[in-house]
Amino acid sequence: MESYNDRVVRQFAVMTVVWGVVGMLVGVLIAAQLYWPSLDFNLPWLSYGRLRPLHTNAVIFAFGGSALFATSLYTVQRTCHVRLLSDRLASFVFWGWQLVIVAAAVTLPLGYTQGKEYAELEWPIDVLITIVWVAYAVLFFGTIARRKVKHIYVANWFYGAYIIAVALLHVVNNIAIPAGAFKSYPVYSGTVDAMVQWWYGHNAVGFFLTTAFLGMMYYFVPKQAGRPIYSYRLSIVHFWALIAVYMWAGPHHLQYTALPDWAQSLGMVFSLILLAPSWGGAINGILTLSGVWYKLRTDPILKFLIVSLSFYMMSTFEGPMMSIKTVNSLSHYTDWTIGHVHSGALGWVAMISIGSIYAMLPRLLGLPRMYSVKLIDTHFWLHTIGLVVYIASMWIAGVMQGLMWRATDPDNGTLVYSFVEALNATKPYYLFRLGGGLIVLAGMLVMAWNVFRTFREAVAAPAPQAVLPPDVSDARA
Amino acid sequence: MTWAWTWYVVALVALNIAGCAWLLMSHSRRRAGDPKPDETGHVWDGDLTEYNKPLPRWWINLFYITIVFSVGYLLWYGVGHLRGFGHWSSRTEWAQEKATEDARLEDTLRPYAGKPIDALAKDPGAVAIGRTIFANTCAACHGSAGHGATGFPDLTDDIWHWGGTPERILETILDGRTAVMPAWGETLTAQGGASAVDDVVAYVQSLSRPGQPADAAAGRGQALFSTVCAACHGAQGKGNPMLGAPDLTDSYWLYGGGKAALHRTIAEGRSGSMPAWRPALGETRARLVGAYVWTLSPHRAPPAEAAAP
Repeated sequence: MESYNDRVVRQFAVMTVVWGVVGMLVGVLIAAQLYWPSLDFNLPWLSYGRLRPLHTNAVIFAFGGSALFATSLYTVQRTCHVRLLSDRLASFVFWGWQLVIVAAAVTLPLGYTQGKEYAELEWPIDVLITIVWVAYAVLFFGTIARRKVKHIYVANWFYGAYIIAVALLHVVNNIAIPAGAFKSYPVYSGTVDAMVQWWYGHNAVGFFLTTAFLGMMYYFVPKQAGRPIYSYRLSIVHFWALIAVYMWAGPHHLQYTALPDWAQSLGMVFSLILLAPSWGGAINGILTLSGVWYKLRTDPILKFLIVSLSFYMMSTFEGPMMSIKTVNSLSHYTDWTIGHVHSGALGWVAMISIGSIYAMLPRLLGLPRMYSVKLIDTHFWLHTIGLVVYIASMWIAGVMQGLMWRATDPDNGTLVYSFVEALNATKPYYLFRLGGGLIVLAGMLVMAWNVFRTFREAVAAPAPQAVLPPDVSDARA
Repeated sequence: MTWAWTWYVVALVALNIAGCAWLLMSHSRRRAGDPKPDETGHVWDGDLTEYNKPLPRWWINLFYITIVFSVGYLLWYGVGHLRGFGHWSSRTEWAQEKATEDARLEDTLRPYAGKPIDALAKDPGAVAIGRTIFANTCAACHGSAGHGATGFPDLTDDIWHWGGTPERILETILDGRTAVMPAWGETLTAQGGASAVDDVVAYVQSLSRPGQPADAAAGRGQALFSTVCAACHGAQGKGNPMLGAPDLTDSYWLYGGGKAALHRTIAEGRSGSMPAWRPALGETRARLVGAYVWTLSPHRAPPAEAAAP
């Protein structure tokens, strides 16, 4: 009997929760440091500048990454009706990725950095990432190649696009000349370096944090709702438009800089074109619930999934608006950007991941449901409330900063405020943000407890699940 | 950037936008042979299926609107070497805005030109402008309230190391000051033995505590002071604003008045630098910020150089 390889999925699922708690804890610490700067205790490795990249790397690549590995390897087996290509390769991908995360957690606080946002890790770790990523690609596409159904399920298109694009982005942005074991110089310089960095940076958002999580959405939303996906045609249009257009959006991070005007214009118009393709995915998920909206009353997992789609719609509306040069001149360098990122990261990415893990974990352990459905509901409300407090405070702070920085006295044309005054005005909002972050972290701890108890309920070694034979009409030799 | 690159970029952009439009057009309608909207053909993982419902009309229109807007925007603003129909560039926009603002600022500053800072200090309008300049230029070192920090003078007291007359303050702002306290550790030790620096510290501390009995160390220190330190700080330790040598008889210590801090100051020396702000601020704005600084000080004491010997 052929069975699914659920071992690697379980491993990644558990690490999703572990790294989620760790990454958000670091986030809470640096949020507190912005309010009480002495919380770095004068230790260089606890300083804001070193912990901030640790936070971003931990939540994006450790928490988000583990969730993507877990769900993609789960989904590709279930929808291809076949076991993963190789158990040893799967094991290598898991341990390799954990090694990358641990190496990041050690080197970033020690101050080793390339100084590129979301690509801080130094070249030896970059090489390791590349090797693990290629192994992942072989594992994923090898499994697709062995599939027992004719048609490739839509979730796998998205996961596939993400795997290819991230490989391209990672390699191109990290080309550097090593100058010692933990030091290197990028081959690009000046404006070109900035452009390559933000081509990478925005597509880390576009492919890692969007395309891949849409793959997650396309499996877990119809599964949890028990409904067919709203429209196959819509998924085709928004998939191709999304992956074609995202690649252009990077320059919007460099509005009003040394980047040539026309490149800034391209970044802006392609960000605007991106609005409809982004919403295409969200409405395809939300309309899948037609006829079963009542399930939201009783199923907190579905609440996580649907609210995540709402936040996805909101942030993908906000993003194109912020890319408009005129709006950007107000929003850039303010905390509005931080609010925007978190409505995407905590609203869309974290909520779809959390919902999917709650949906997947009991199935992996041969249980009907999580240890406590009520605690899932508690987590949902903690996460939602914390998130709203966080985003709202950063919105207010950001718009206020933008307005204060540009304010000139109508009578004499001089600046009305100094930078310090804007900082002073921001301080109370930093406290609200910390509060919101703490509530979100509390939710993650509730999840950790729920996951721990669910594992305790499960039998020590869950029986392997037999590969489901494909539908006869769609079977592939 | 060559014209070849321009055409390469234009071609890629056109291909991408046209591709989106084609994708949208070709999928807006159901084609012959496509599954019906409510048909679910394939089944994955037991129960995963897909409808083939039409794309929402509002969504199609939204997509078209962004495409049309983008084409128009790029025609107006240009790509690569191709100037847009609007002939816009960020440089010209910036230059125009700057010219307007500069002219406005010139009008604002004109009435204050050449006036002494103590006179300007009586004009609330001038002080308000000076305050903004201070907050954006000076606060980084002197603090947002002008209280200074270790190594950066407090501007809210009566003490002016380089002189407190309106002219001297303006000179400090415009052309900066470089203060040097040399390292006297070796010289003093050669003259007065291993405890020489500590002795001078004791004497210097006693200067700002008149009335208290001087101890033996301070006595030894006084002799060393008169040979080494008096040249700049004066025989009575009253300082010399022409050199920026601080008065040592008051209770203000720029680098700290504790034993350890004074020991370091005397043994290893200090150097302080106030940058020249003439290039960044220009003369009138320097006068305005000077006026604001003038209002911070109570001016109880007569200007220091009047009191100096």
